[in-house]
Amino acid sequence: MLRSGRALSPLAQPTLAVFSAFDMPSSDSVIDRPLAAAAGPLAGTPILEMRGIRKTFPGVVALDNVDLTVRAGQIHAIVGENGAGKSTLMKVLSGVYPHGSYDGEIRFEGEVRRFAGIHDSEACGVIIIHQELALVPLLSIAENIFLGNEPQRWGVIDWAEATRRTRELLAKVGLKESPAALITNLGVGKQQLVEIAKALAKRVRLLILDEPTASLNEHDSNALLDLLLEFKAQGIACILISHKLNEIARVADAITVLRDGASVQWLDCTAGAVSEDQIIRAMVGRELADRYPARARLAPEAGETVFELREWHVAHPVHADRDVVKGVSMKVKRGEIVGIAGLMGAGRTELAMSVFGRAYGRRIRGEVRMHGQPVDVSTIRKAIVHGIAYVTEDRKGLGLLLEDDIRHNITLANLEAVSSGGVIDGGAEFAAAADYKRKLNIRCSDVMQATVNLSGGNQQKVVLGKWLFSNPELLILDEPTRGIDVGAKFEIYSIMAALADEGKSILMISSEMPELLGMCDRIYVMNEGRFVGEFAAAEASQEKIMRAIVRQGLA
Amino acid sequence: MTTMEDKMTPQIAEAPVRSYGGFLKNNLREYGMLLSLVAIMAFFQVMTDGTLLKPLNLTNLILQNSYIVIMALGMLLVIVAGHIDLSVGSVSGFVGALAAVLMVNYEWNFAGASLLCLGVGAVIGGVQGWFVAYLKIPSFIVTLAGMLVFKGLALVLLQGQSVGPFPDQFQLLSSGFIPDMFNGETLRISSLALGAIVAAALFGLKLRERAGHVKHSMEEEPAAFFLGKNIAFAAAIVWFCWMLASYKGLPDVLVVMFALMLVYDFVTRRTTVGRRIYALGGNAKAARLSGIKTERLALLTFVNMGALAALAGLVFAARLNTATPKAGLGFELDVIAACFIGGASASGGVGKVLGAVIGAFVMGVMNNGMSILGIGIDYQQVIKGIVLLAAVCVDVYNKNK
Repeated sequence: MLRSGRALSPLAQPTLAVFSAFDMPSSDSVIDRPLAAAAGPLAGTPILEMRGIRKTFPGVVALDNVDLTVRAGQIHAIVGENGAGKSTLMKVLSGVYPHGSYDGEIRFEGEVRRFAGIHDSEACGVIIIHQELALVPLLSIAENIFLGNEPQRWGVIDWAEATRRTRELLAKVGLKESPAALITNLGVGKQQLVEIAKALAKRVRLLILDEPTASLNEHDSNALLDLLLEFKAQGIACILISHKLNEIARVADAITVLRDGASVQWLDCTAGAVSEDQIIRAMVGRELADRYPARARLAPEAGETVFELREWHVAHPVHADRDVVKGVSMKVKRGEIVGIAGLMGAGRTELAMSVFGRAYGRRIRGEVRMHGQPVDVSTIRKAIVHGIAYVTEDRKGLGLLLEDDIRHNITLANLEAVSSGGVIDGGAEFAAAADYKRKLNIRCSDVMQATVNLSGGNQQKVVLGKWLFSNPELLILDEPTRGIDVGAKFEIYSIMAALADEGKSILMISSEMPELLGMCDRIYVMNEGRFVGEFAAAEASQEKIMRAIVRQGLA
Repeated sequence: MTTMEDKMTPQIAEAPVRSYGGFLKNNLREYGMLLSLVAIMAFFQVMTDGTLLKPLNLTNLILQNSYIVIMALGMLLVIVAGHIDLSVGSVSGFVGALAAVLMVNYEWNFAGASLLCLGVGAVIGGVQGWFVAYLKIPSFIVTLAGMLVFKGLALVLLQGQSVGPFPDQFQLLSSGFIPDMFNGETLRISSLALGAIVAAALFGLKLRERAGHVKHSMEEEPAAFFLGKNIAFAAAIVWFCWMLASYKGLPDVLVVMFALMLVYDFVTRRTTVGRRIYALGGNAKAARLSGIKTERLALLTFVNMGALAALAGLVFAARLNTATPKAGLGFELDVIAACFIGGASASGGVGKVLGAVIGAFVMGVMNNGMSILGIGIDYQQVIKGIVLLAAVCVDVYNKNK
């Protein structure tokens, strides 16, 4: 296994404290290493030390000699591309992979630990909150928080006590909800807070959060990060796994970079700011000249209008009296990338899905035009025929047949193209899929591989391939880079740029403002079901977009 | 799309690893069930001192299992689509009763009555499917209700009596054999010839399919393996027909069953409708967002199931030459078991027609073999239950590995 720490060291800038993995204090030195001499980043007792962790699966080395040191009261970020070994490392730490199934040593609070299961690690105060939340939707907040851990008196659950303690915990995490509220009625951001409250209900010494803000909007993300800082002040150490480098830059005290299953770099943030570029360099092991591909922006007035929406209204599918989209009008031109910015719940996904064959909502009013002509998009089939494609934000839930192979996924929305008289031409189908594998650079052994085994970025490329195969004129991309790593993001951006150059129109919904600013020709701002602003690329900025949202909120 | 490629970072493609051992390992699961069937047959062949594979017994094996196989074809589609149909036994019993009442009591022509019965089966399936697909009522509940309703309606139709016998032509559906034009005394030549033709035709089709795959450089099994497998398969068909030809020839119902099997195998593997059913069962929401009319498709699988249950009901009634109130009792369990033994997934999206057929014959051979051995019906059920559980456990274990 290549230890790239040395290769990278020339990149380290003198003003920043950058240590290669080789410079880390070696493990055999001691229990309770003398720390007095250590300054800054080394201050504080290590609460967790993982040394030389090696974990193999049949045919694959998932982790090779990984070291990780987290100090008491630190927020320690772990970054790395998808597949770099972050989740595996956390599973080793939390006992999901029990002692004996890996090599190396885990020391927690000074003692060597041999966790046989998640119960052992939780008993020591190591609590992990997974990316996919583990809450029971139809139980209340209090029931979820004390699930399996209910306060009881003579074997009977003491609900008064549970409710009282839930109130305390909710106050701690800053969530204003009744303990009796059902999880299913809460937004994702609030559910995340409930998960944290649940962790606090146990004795937590080290909190591990796996991509906690992946599905949160900016406001909720900030609130969550503030909460982590508060925990830090209370002495709770924290491991934060995230793809969002700006968040890491904001809260982390130290960063461990994983690449290809090895810890390649350890960055100290207390000595001075660590730049995002620097982290990215360590993650991908190469210089990323630009995070967005260069493309000539379309002039605001140029080009033929391909897609037009007029006075579009959509009511909520259950509460029909509530309008989710309120009179939206918009245009997308040939070769244009148009963004829709907005907070979670602004109605962006609902807008897109309602246009795409009424896949969302009811009592839909308004007009859709393609090339100036009104078209009927009342079913998904018709929308596809009229050249509209919608790439979902939820690729696992709504985009892919996970158990099926790449080939079948790519042709699914346009089977007619590879069949005649209802009979599929297997050869043509294979050729079509292989073509997209090559064009989109889908990393797989062959197109007969099941999509469930692909990384997030490659799954996203399969979904993109599926919709490109339907040969759309308007491609609606809903959070196209959610949960995928930096390298794959760049590839997705490159594909988008190339498609726009070919004359496709792209409508991109994103909660990441930098990517909207980096990619779009024009940006609409949506809030509470309405468009509240429109900016050309040249004049747009994060501040202006936020101001448009906030101003409308005040009005 | 050349511009797109230019902008992408180049990536070294990994060459797929090919080897005989690797190929065998990857495909063992696929052939595992077939090998199990062969093993079970060999076991009973030895235990019954060669009775199992005697021409007479082979013929019986076909006749006894034909209606289960026919229903398994439809059930496979229902299960792949992510549903279940518990009503098939009752529906087949009800349709058998309807046929008897029409043909015996009202003296309808056998052809007209049979067609009407198939239509009634399709309508029954359609009504149940409508509740499942459009009203989103779980299929387990809808068809559980259907099971009770049609069990009761069969009793109503027959007024608690057995009705029979059927007209002679109708009986031929289950007791007829394809006519022999060569007047073979000990060997029915036309049956053997038909078997040889089918074997050759299937072999030819496989060759053509392989040529197509090679042309598109799709991952392909080693040539020796391909030839060995398909020659063995063709030889098995010829041998099987030889055995049957030395008794009374190929049963009519075998021809029907085999034709249906080929049709459904083709539909599931090669047609857009088949592909969409797998997509529906694999991820209904993703299928819908891909422009697939998921409700209509689910309805269709139930209509198809109803029609096949009706056909099975007719075959069973013709075989008994009478419609009894107990006809069809418990068939649904054998049919569902056949699909799961054959590798279908209870959560939908996975399953093969040939698997379901093999599953049906695994159950059938065990029934037959244990009966010859004189094992009581009590222990037969215990053993069948254990085999079902074991087969699915092995399948799940293989998938997780």
